[in-house]
Amino acid sequence: MAGIIQSLYEIRFLDELAEKRTVIHNIHPLAKLLTTMIYLVVVVSFDKYEISGLLPLVFYPIVVIALAEIPLLPILKRMLLVVPFALGIGAFNPIFDHRIVFATDWFVLTGGWVSFFSIIIKSILTVLAALTVIATTGMGRISSALRLLRVPRVFVLQLLLTYRYISVLMAEVARVLRAYHMRAPLHKGVRPGAWGSLAGNLLIRTFERAQNVYQAMVLRGFTGEYKTGSAQRITMTDILYLIGWTFFFAASRLFDIPALMGSLVTGVVK
Amino acid sequence: MHMADALISPIVGGTMWAASAGVAVYSIKKIQSDLDQKKIPLMGVMGAFIFAAQMINFSIPATGSSGHLGGGMLLSVLLGPYAGFLTMASVLAIQALFFADGGLLAYGCNVFNLGFFTCFIAYPLIYKQIMRRGYTPARMFGAAMLSAIIGLQLGAFGVVLETLFSGKTELPFNTFVLLMQPIHLAIGVVEGLVTVAVVGFIWKARPEIIENASLGKALGSISIKKVITGLVVVALITGGIFSWFASSHPDGLEWSMFKTAGVEELKTSDGIHQTAGEIQEKTAFLPDYGFKAAETVTEQSAAESEEAWPAVNVGTSVSGVIGGTLTLVLACIIGFSISIVKRRGKVGAA
Repeated sequence: MAGIIQSLYEIRFLDELAEKRTVIHNIHPLAKLLTTMIYLVVVVSFDKYEISGLLPLVFYPIVVIALAEIPLLPILKRMLLVVPFALGIGAFNPIFDHRIVFATDWFVLTGGWVSFFSIIIKSILTVLAALTVIATTGMGRISSALRLLRVPRVFVLQLLLTYRYISVLMAEVARVLRAYHMRAPLHKGVRPGAWGSLAGNLLIRTFERAQNVYQAMVLRGFTGEYKTGSAQRITMTDILYLIGWTFFFAASRLFDIPALMGSLVTGVVK
Repeated sequence: MHMADALISPIVGGTMWAASAGVAVYSIKKIQSDLDQKKIPLMGVMGAFIFAAQMINFSIPATGSSGHLGGGMLLSVLLGPYAGFLTMASVLAIQALFFADGGLLAYGCNVFNLGFFTCFIAYPLIYKQIMRRGYTPARMFGAAMLSAIIGLQLGAFGVVLETLFSGKTELPFNTFVLLMQPIHLAIGVVEGLVTVAVVGFIWKARPEIIENASLGKALGSISIKKVITGLVVVALITGGIFSWFASSHPDGLEWSMFKTAGVEELKTSDGIHQTAGEIQEKTAFLPDYGFKAAETVTEQSAAESEEAWPAVNVGTSVSGVIGGTLTLVLACIIGFSISIVKRRGKVGAA
């Protein structure tokens, strides 16, 4: 119950963020989508024992979040909620991989711990990148980018419809559950006897709603194409945004920037 | 069981993206040929239904716990395999974007694990076969239960294979399988029971919805011969790609193959690591990275003599730590500066 309200809140929160107008929001959705995908590929392409090489990639989410004026705490909270799956699997690495990579008299670092930390960093970076793309673009504009990438219109259309009706149906499920729990207090979930009727009734209503939606769409001139009425043009800024970041990602991938910086500093100190 | 980006390699992610995109394109072709426009809103609203229905907790008798619906099986029963697959794909896309539930790069893996196995294997090969001779409550119970369980088992096995092929985890194949399959057996039973309950209710209240679907009128029926041919092709392609990929990342694959063969026990895996290390050394993208070289050193030799670590040079490590810290500090400073400048700009404008 609380879960539905929370999810509904989160979808609306991200929707609202996407409505802002900042430098990042104004970048063409296609440029943002491609940049994100390149970023993700670069992050996960690092070796499983890599840590320092990954660190410069933190610049991308930090700069985008700051420029797009995205509040940090809710995004970090979301990140903490989804990272545990990767951590759960990664936590086995220290158990199975005992090869020592670094040791002093009082401290031993095994390969397992290194690869575990590498997974943590990768999780944080990939989740942040995924959340920032939707928080700065919104579903409508992502769909227009998908159309530009020649994703079939049937798929894009039903993706948009699913998205549009999620809030409607979640609110309905929340109402149904509230009614159920008021009549069945102290029950943790829906009892087996009511599984079919509760979910089934919702489903029948869904079918009817789909019919009404379709009739309403036809009355408004629906011919199979989803028209948004606005098409953002790709400008030089968008191309530079994509090229600039790609260049930075490539540099981070090819050179171990922190190691270079570190040796520069230690060199100066010496 | 949504896969995360951090656990997959670009090649596994890319291969699964391609496989899922292929199935999606095929499904779109199939539904477009016999689709009336009416079905698009139905698919959209059904996707939203599955999304919302996943939030309902169904309490499981005698266990004190509760489970929820995945929805893959229900979608294929109600919409047919093609539309069911596409609807599942859009539900997963929204979960990945808005909740970071399953990564964007791992999206192909997730669509395949949760959509393909239920809609293109469990539904045509199990559900439809059992239901062919008409609806009876017992038959429907068996069909929905069996197909939900097998669909989820295959999906969970997909997660295991994709993770191991990516080589990011050290989990041995056996342990991983023993971890994943029983959990998903339990999840599959709940999924099956909820599907049975919902389909049973719909059958009583609005039989035409399911009748159309089971007659193949919903959104196209599926030919088993094509499914099997498709599977063989997919197996050949992935086999080819993975074997090529195996040479560049021998760790996960070799280890899991080794484990499957059951030649050696867990603790004595040094031998395979050594060979793995040697192959990796030859094929490594950036062979002079500190940690990669260290990988070739086995535990014993490391314990025996400190000089045996070729790459762990204290000087390099210190500069690495300093450089890493500097990078993070710099990133934070830049982030904060941008926010401060932006805020000042706004105050100034006001």
